Amino acid sequence: MAFWGIFQERSLGNSCNPKKRQFNNKVMAKNYPKIYLYKRIVQAKLFIDDHFNDDIDLNNIADEAYFSKFHFIRLFKKIYGHTPHQYLTKVRIENAKSFLQRDISVTETCFAVGFNSVSSFTGLFKKITLLTPSAYQLKIKNRQEQIKKIPFHFIPNCFLEQKAWSQKSNFEEVL
Amino acid sequence: MITKLNHVSIFVLNQDSAYEFYVNKLGFKVHTDAPMGPGMRWLTVCPPEQPDLEITLMAIVDGMMFKDGAAEQMKDLVKKGTFGFGVFECNDLNATYEELKGKGVIFRKPPTKEFYGYEALFVDDSGNWFSLGQKNDN
Repeated sequence: MAFWGIFQERSLGNSCNPKKRQFNNKVMAKNYPKIYLYKRIVQAKLFIDDHFNDDIDLNNIADEAYFSKFHFIRLFKKIYGHTPHQYLTKVRIENAKSFLQRDISVTETCFAVGFNSVSSFTGLFKKITLLTPSAYQLKIKNRQEQIKKIPFHFIPNCFLEQKAWSQKSNFEEVL
Repeated sequence: MITKLNHVSIFVLNQDSAYEFYVNKLGFKVHTDAPMGPGMRWLTVCPPEQPDLEITLMAIVDGMMFKDGAAEQMKDLVKKGTFGFGVFECNDLNATYEELKGKGVIFRKPPTKEFYGYEALFVDDSGNWFSLGQKNDN
């Protein structure tokens, strides 16, 4: 899988011998500039951003990565504040929100963002956003309708008294 | 007693392009996007982990606090990179720099150790510049 490719280091090989691999890891960690590590972690993050809807198995990374699974998770968490798994869930839920905002059904959204079961998606969504997907969708729909109907309600008065915006004479009264 | 800042404005040359920059490149969330009639749009975005600070991406248009040619003057100043509107924070500056640079964000200064901390400077699509620092580095 492409994701693993990011971590593969063919020049030194991915030996099946754990000792040899450990040795390779040490050699590489010593020789590679720090910025190279960053690039790998950033690529992993971008991979999740782009492929969140695929069946990504984050547990398999370690076998293919030149650095160990725990090292990878530790670095990822240090940089992004979440483990790769937590980050993937976060990206999926964020994308689910934007699908729901576009009036796409809960079931369709669930599968479109990479979850396999509607009930686990609903549970996770509620745990994170405190609303079920359908309640969230309803809330957003109402808000969007309100914005269309009375946009001035969504703008602080200081900027735009309704009069000022429509008459294009903003701030004159204050000055 | 004032307790919070909840809106702050950034003047932009083009709201569509600013949307592309702030949402698709920086990864900010759209808070409100309300068309207000011809040529007027109330567009606010939030940094991903700061949903209660709305950054208003304000188009520089005649008549809205800009008059007697002030809009054109303001546009010129923004384009020239006169304004630095703030300091953003990330968890890790090197990683954020790599990602944003890869997405085409222009940096005036790559991550650099300064006496006050580790800092980079980037420019938005209009010409406004920002400092970018990392958490726990103050």
